[in-house]
Parts: sequence; C-alpha cells; structure tokens
Amino acid sequence: MLTLEKRPNPSRAWAIVTPILAVILTMIAGGLMFAVLGKDPVEAIRTIFWDPLFNAQFASYSRPQLLVKAGPLVLIAVGLSFGFRASIWNIGAEGQYIMGAIAAMGVALAFYPTNYWFVFPLMVLAGAFGGWAWAMIPAFLKNRYGTNEILVSLMLVYVAENIESWMAFGPMRNPQGMGFPGSRNLQQYPAAHNSELIAGTGLHWGVVTAGLAVIIGYVLLKRHIFGFNIQVAGQAPRAARFAGVDPKRLFSLCMGLSGACAGLAGMFEVAGPAGQITDSFNVGYGFTAIIVAYLGRLHPIGILLAGLLMALTYIGGEIAQLSLNLPAAAIQAFQGMLLFFLLGVDVLSNYRIRIKRRAQA
Amino acid sequence: MIAGIDPVVLIASLMAASTPILLAALGELVAERSGVLNLGVEGMMITGAICGFIVAVHTGSPFLGFVAAAAGGAALALLFAFLTQVLLSNQVATGLAATLFGLGLSSLMGQGYSGIKPPPTANVPFGPLAHLPVLGPILFSHDWVLYFSLALVVGTWAFLKYTRAGLVLRAVGENHDAAHALGYRVRLIRTLALAHGGACAGLGGAYLSLVRVPQWTEGITAGAGWIALAIVVFASWRPGRVLLGAYIFGGVSVLQLRLQAAGIAIPVQILSMAPYLITILVLVVMSARRGRAAIGAPAALGRVFHASD
Amino acid sequence: MKRRDFLAGTAATGTVLASGLATQASAAEPLKVGFIYLGVPGDGGWTYEHEQARLKMVKHFGNKIETKVIQNVPEGADAERSITQLCLAGCKLIFTTSFGYMDPTINVAKKFPNVKFEMCTGYKDAPNVSNYGGRFYQGRAVIGNIAGHMTKTNKIGYIATFPIPEVVRGINSAFLYARKVNPKAEMKVVWVNTWFDPPKEADAAQALIDSGVDVLMQHTDSTAAMAKAKDAGILAFGQDSDMMQYAPKPRISSIMDNWAPYYIQRAQDVMDGKWTAKDSWLGIDTGIVQVGEISSAVPAAVKADAMALHDRIKAGTEHVFTGPLNKQDGSAWLKAGETASDGALLGMNFYVEGMTGKLPS
Repeated sequence: MLTLEKRPNPSRAWAIVTPILAVILTMIAGGLMFAVLGKDPVEAIRTIFWDPLFNAQFASYSRPQLLVKAGPLVLIAVGLSFGFRASIWNIGAEGQYIMGAIAAMGVALAFYPTNYWFVFPLMVLAGAFGGWAWAMIPAFLKNRYGTNEILVSLMLVYVAENIESWMAFGPMRNPQGMGFPGSRNLQQYPAAHNSELIAGTGLHWGVVTAGLAVIIGYVLLKRHIFGFNIQVAGQAPRAARFAGVDPKRLFSLCMGLSGACAGLAGMFEVAGPAGQITDSFNVGYGFTAIIVAYLGRLHPIGILLAGLLMALTYIGGEIAQLSLNLPAAAIQAFQGMLLFFLLGVDVLSNYRIRIKRRAQA
Repeated sequence: MIAGIDPVVLIASLMAASTPILLAALGELVAERSGVLNLGVEGMMITGAICGFIVAVHTGSPFLGFVAAAAGGAALALLFAFLTQVLLSNQVATGLAATLFGLGLSSLMGQGYSGIKPPPTANVPFGPLAHLPVLGPILFSHDWVLYFSLALVVGTWAFLKYTRAGLVLRAVGENHDAAHALGYRVRLIRTLALAHGGACAGLGGAYLSLVRVPQWTEGITAGAGWIALAIVVFASWRPGRVLLGAYIFGGVSVLQLRLQAAGIAIPVQILSMAPYLITILVLVVMSARRGRAAIGAPAALGRVFHASD
Repeated sequence: MKRRDFLAGTAATGTVLASGLATQASAAEPLKVGFIYLGVPGDGGWTYEHEQARLKMVKHFGNKIETKVIQNVPEGADAERSITQLCLAGCKLIFTTSFGYMDPTINVAKKFPNVKFEMCTGYKDAPNVSNYGGRFYQGRAVIGNIAGHMTKTNKIGYIATFPIPEVVRGINSAFLYARKVNPKAEMKVVWVNTWFDPPKEADAAQALIDSGVDVLMQHTDSTAAMAKAKDAGILAFGQDSDMMQYAPKPRISSIMDNWAPYYIQRAQDVMDGKWTAKDSWLGIDTGIVQVGEISSAVPAAVKADAMALHDRIKAGTEHVFTGPLNKQDGSAWLKAGETASDGALLGMNFYVEGMTGKLPS
C-alpha cells in the first residue's frame, strides 16, 4: 500500500518540478474539457498561456497588464503569508482591501479638488491604516477573548461589503454623477491619481509596492528574527514561547501587517486602475490572494510567480473568450482545475511516497 | 398584524426562505465537527442546484432531482476530500478553488437550461390540518424537503450526541492525533463527513433551483453558501442553534423586504450587515465566557492531519 | 416558442430597412464588432437581450461581420483591460453594455481614436463614443396603464433595484399611468439592492404578494418573481425579455429591450463610413423599447386602451411626464402642459405626488 512519509525538509527539487507538473496536468484535463466543448484544445491552451505573453497582436499590451493584475494579488498574498506561516489565519483580506480603499478615498474626497503634493502620500497612509484597523478587530478579539480569527475576519468581509455599498450610494456618491451610484473617479483628480509611472509599462505605485513587498518579505523571512519567530511559532508554538516570542504580540503584528498590505492594495487600486468606489469595487482579490499565497508555498518569490500565473490565466482567458468564443464559465472551471492540481501536487515536495506493507494504519 | 405584517405568513415564508442555507449549514457543521473547514460550500451548492435541475427536468421527478443534487454536491466534496485528506493540501485554499470550479462547472452544465420550468415539488398533503389557523400555514403547508431539513436538524443532533459514530467524529475533530492513536481512521471519517456535507449543500442548492425560485439561472446561489458558513459559526457548532441561526439569517432578509412592502423605510445596508455583526458578537461572548480552552470550535478545525508513524 | 416568432418578426423588418445599404462592403474584410457583457447570456435578462441583439446582427450581416464577446467583465479596472483587448483584436466597433463601463470606455477611446465605441446608458461624450439607452419609462407607462386597469385590490407591487434615476423614472411613470385609469391605485415598492439575485427576487415578490398586491412589476432581471406570481395566481409583467413562458397568466405583457435595430444600424453606419458620435435615447418609436404582446387574460377594452396609449407615445403626441405634476412633497414640478426635459428625466431623484413610501437616498 502507498503511504506518505514526511520529509524532514521540503524538497527543493520537487518544489520546482511540482508547479510545472501541475500546469501540464491542467493542460491535459483542461484540454479534454475544451475538446468536449468542441474547441481545438491545443489552440485553447496556447491562447491562454502563450498569447498574452508572445502574440504579436496582444503581447505588448497584455504583458504590462499582467503586472497590473498580479500587483494587488502579490501584495496581499505576501502580507498574508507571514501570518499563515505562524498559523494565524486572516481570511478577511477582501474586507481589509475594501476598507483601505474607502479610507484612501475619504482622504482624497476631503481634499478634492485641491492639488497639494501631500494628498497622495496621505492616501497611502490612510489606505494602510484602513486595512490595518480592520484587521486589528479580529486580532484584538482573539487576544482579548480568544475568539477565532478565521471566522471573525470572514464575517468582517460581509460587513465591509455593506459599508462599501452604503458609501457608493450615500456619503461618497459623486454629486456630479447624474444620480448614478459611485464616487468621483480619481483618474480625473491628478493629485490623487495613481497613474502609470512610465507610460505603456503598466507600472504604477501599487506594482512597485508589490515588488518591494516581495523583496522585504524575502529579507524578513530569511534574514530577520521576525521571520525566524513566525516559523517557530507556526511549527512549535510552545518552543516559541520558551524562546521569548510573545504570542499575542506576534498575532497582532501578523494580522496588522497583512491588513495593512491588503489596505494598501485596495488604496492603489481605487486610486489607479479602478478609479472609484462603487458597489462592485471589490472583485475578489482578497480571496484569490489566499490561493496565491498557497500556490506560492508561502514564499515571497513563489507568491510572485503564482500571482503572475493567476494573472496570466485571467488575461489569457479573456483572449480565449474573444478569439475562440469560449464561454467565461469554461475559463472559470479551467482556473479551478489549475488550482486543484497546483494544490494537490504540493504533497510531493513535503512528503515522500513509499510503498509499504500495511502497518497499523 | 404587526405594522402591516402578518406574523404567521412571515414565519411560514422565512421557513421556506431559510431552508437552502439550513441544509447547507447542517452539512458543513458535520464536516467542521470532524475538523475540516470546507470553504467550497458555495461551489457545492450550485453544483447541486444544476445537477438536481437537470435530472428533475429530464425525469420529471423532483425527488430524483434532489437525489442527483446530493450526489453532485457529494462528488465535488469528495474531490475536495481527496485533495485535503489524501494529498494534504491546505483546506482554505482548496475550498476557495472548489467554489471557483463549482461555479464554472455549473454554468457550463446549465447551458441550454435557462427558461425551463422544473416539475413542481408538491406540498405534503396534511388535509384539513393545513387549514388550521396559525398552525396550519406554519406547520402543515410545506414541501417534503423542508420537513426533511427539520428532521435533519434532529438527526444531526442525535447523531452527534448519542451515537458512537458521532462521538468518534467529534473526537477526530477535537484531537486527530489522539483519535488516530486510539485506532480510528481519521481520514476516512473526515472524507465521509465531507461527502455528507457536500450532499447537504447540494440539496440546499437544489432547493433553490427546484422549489424557491424555481428555475435555473447562472449564479443562482448568489452567495448562499457563504451565509451557510457564517451560520455554522453563529451556531457555535450545535445543530439546534444552526436552525435558529438559519431562521434568523433568512428571517432578517425576508423581514426587511416585508417591512418595505408594508411601507416602512429601513436602512438596507445596516440591516443586511446586522446578522454578521451579531455572529461576531456571539463568537466573542462565547469565547469570553468559556475562556480559551473551549470556545466551541472543534480544536483541530482546519489543521492538516498526517499520521507520522 | 412564441417569443422567437415575435423576435423573428422584428428582425425581418430590420432586414428590409437595411438591406439596400449593405451591398457594397460585402467583398471587403468583415467588420469586427466587440461586446463587453456584465453577466452571461444565461441570466435571462439584461445580458441575454444584448446577446440576442448580437445574434440578430450576425444573422443580418452574415459573413460581412465578425463578433467578439467577453463575458462576466466586472465594472472598473478589469473592464478597461477587456475593452482594450477587443481593440487589439481588431474590433472597429465596440458595444460596452453597462453603465459601470463608462469611465473605462472613455479611457480606452482616447487611446484608440479609430475605433468607435457605443456606451450603453452612459452620459460622457468623446469624439468616438456614442451613448445609447432606452426610454424604458415609455414602456412602463403602458404597463402601468394595464396594471391600473387590472388591479382589484388597488395595490400594485414594484420590485425595484437601486435608487437611481433610471429606476425612479420607471416607478413614477408606471404609477402616474396606473393612477390615470384608477385613482385609487397605490404603488408598493420594495428595493432589493441587486439587479440579479433570484432567491431574493422571489422573496421580494412573495412579500409584496402577502401584503395584498395583485399586480406585480419588476426592474430586476430574472424570472423568479414571475414564478411566485404564478403560484399566487396574480398578474405580472415580463422585464428585459418577454418571459413568454409565463403567458397568458401571470405574464400579461412585458417591457423588452430590443437592441437589435440600433446595433444593426450602427454597424451599417460604420460600414458606410457614416458613423458619428451621438447620444441616442431611444423610445418606443424606434423599436428599442417594446411592449410585449398583451395576453388573452386582459379584457379587450383594456388592451385597446393600452394600445392606444402605446400608439400615442409612439407617434409622439403624448409625453409621459406632462404637467401639471407635483413632487411627492407637494412642491410644484411641471406646470400645466409643460413636459419634462431629458435633462430633468436623466437626473430624476424624487417620487411624484401620490406615491407612498420614502425614496431611499
């Protein structure tokens, strides 16, 4: 009988091979699905994975767009990965993302239409603060009362969504918006606009911040005592306590950090690509980032790659829709498959498969 | 009549409105009691909704539809179980992926089924009882699935409290290492609990597409699976309180629409976030009162089990 | 199916009108036309009707046209990318079919001056952007008239989505015309705060039915309310699509979006090099707003009255909002004989006199 034996350390070789294996498996299973739908499987796969990067018609635009789409995913996922390593489960990043955006929009609208230089930096602070504060609610409740943070942070997503809708229809509604819901569009307010830094590259401050987060995350994880502490706290909570790690403080730090990252992502999105708070402002980055964090094996570099891969399937999926008439649902199912395979094969990097006689299983 | 709302009609209609989330929440409760957090409930609900719809339309039998819905939900749950129990993937991420997959798959399966009317699910014939004042509309004028959901509340409660299997299931959810040491097959038990949860979610989804709405439209569950997850927490993992929670969540939504119909203006967003705030409050009160050790949540919830031998 | 025949009829009329112009471009490369959908065609409502119009367009032009579709596009940042990809795919005419695509459409239009954009229900102008919408309030006047005649309890239910001018206008219009034929008619409005949520729509319908309503109107997209009306034995009207499967009862008529004539015309304009940016608010006279067949459940006299009103509006001899009209609070709005300007209608944010209940703000 087959059994799994835990490796003392995750295998590096398998950590590189497994994602490739997963993509190949997805191509096979997804190809079958596309064939059932009456589409040429090879062409469909090529369109999703190849065209956004190398097709002459699309690539010059979609390559930078990969960064725009991956930016918020990577930023949020890096923030979450620290907590996840320490078994601190913030699954409410979507709510923190919304609250960061709302806080930043509040600052922008308060200064509208002045053009002070400090409006944008202040919005950055407000965004980080908004996300941090929203994440500190479950942190506080956990530290004070022992309330489960998974559930509180998830509940707060729904609360944040309702606040967002209220803002779009109430206090933040654009007075010149012909009665439609939604705030002013910050793309038309230069002091608050998170515009492209170099035209045509897709680089905006959010993408830059996501890049910085990967680097800082890497340093923290590998070179800093904080990274060591969370590893220990995750693997051996009691040992961590003996080593002088204050669990409550660590908990607040990890929740606050992930909240601030999510809030920042929301801020850059609302000030840039999205432009306004509407009742459909949030499109699930906070939840997708959880998947991205795991696909990236909670490692900053891995998260960067996973974020780019997710972005690729979104953008490639759109190209497949418009050039092959694939329904959006097929793309969704395809993404689901990809995630299943990526999550499933990870077992190979953490465990060895052994053939054994049946012991006392 | 209170403020233009007939409480009897209100109760009768909130029971019907709450049945999908009640079914899904009861299933998720069993899965969580065994120690698995399944965030794929939404995907399993909608898979059940379309499987049930297709089979009911083709066979003309709502009953067979519900059977197929349970099977469809369970199938996706088994996929989730294979990933999380055998391949030891992270439950949160896998659950989210299952929801994504379920939404995509259901709309693919449902192409060509919009605009079709499913066979009606008849009310249970209680004869003259249905015409009793007050009790008639509340107790004796529903379809069999609704009564089944109530029976399932009692069944789940009795199973967890009085049966040996229920005891084992709870033991696995509290401490899988100890349960394993005692010789229980942790992964098998969790897989069965998940399959049961998926089947219940599928039934809940089919209740939407076959009874509540009744029709197939893409995205028909519209977030009901997430509400079911909230209810399990609200209920602190107790079947009786799941019933209460489902009826409160369903009731708030029905009540606010009825208040409006009665001409009473209400701030919609505040009312719709109220159940979630109440859930958080309940969580806090529970955990504050009982201290850290026993907050009601199964201790092993969300943790990966691997028997290292 | 009856709906198909009805639609086939309109498509045929369009063919006769346009076929004279369509001969010259046939040898050239097909015109690529792009569509951005908020939902999926399976919603049975808003997106479904845009998809029907696209299909009719394809049928009309044959191989002179090639259409490309991206479904499920969230409003905001993702929309801008999707629209750009349609441009890159060679589309020369792009229909963006929801209000939330307005700012993204304007942004993309700046970058692609040679592509023509058609923005549904927007209001911002650009040299290559047209805005188009339907005067659905005209159709609602007709079904309001029928509802006023048909209600026995004098209570008409209205499932409303969001408190925006489009919806408020529809309520006012239906109410005014119900009152004209039935001074005791009352309108009960329930706001569901969604365009599409079948279970919630069903609940709202049930709530209205239980409060004594015997005629039901809706602004939401799905047929969920229709199913409830059928069970309760009351009357209702189809929305967006004809919902003919519920005729003759509960569906006694409907208000439909039939975009095909406009889409065909605009594509023809591009082929002929005659396309110019313009704002079109298209009423019953253009065939965009259609009142569905009035079913046999409606007495002949009522049907005749409703059709007479329909024809007066179509001929332009009757304006739906003609004074004297007061606002709900009793303040004067239109003097006797005065008609509301399009500007006033587009920003309508109040109930007319006689409406009960408070408009949420």
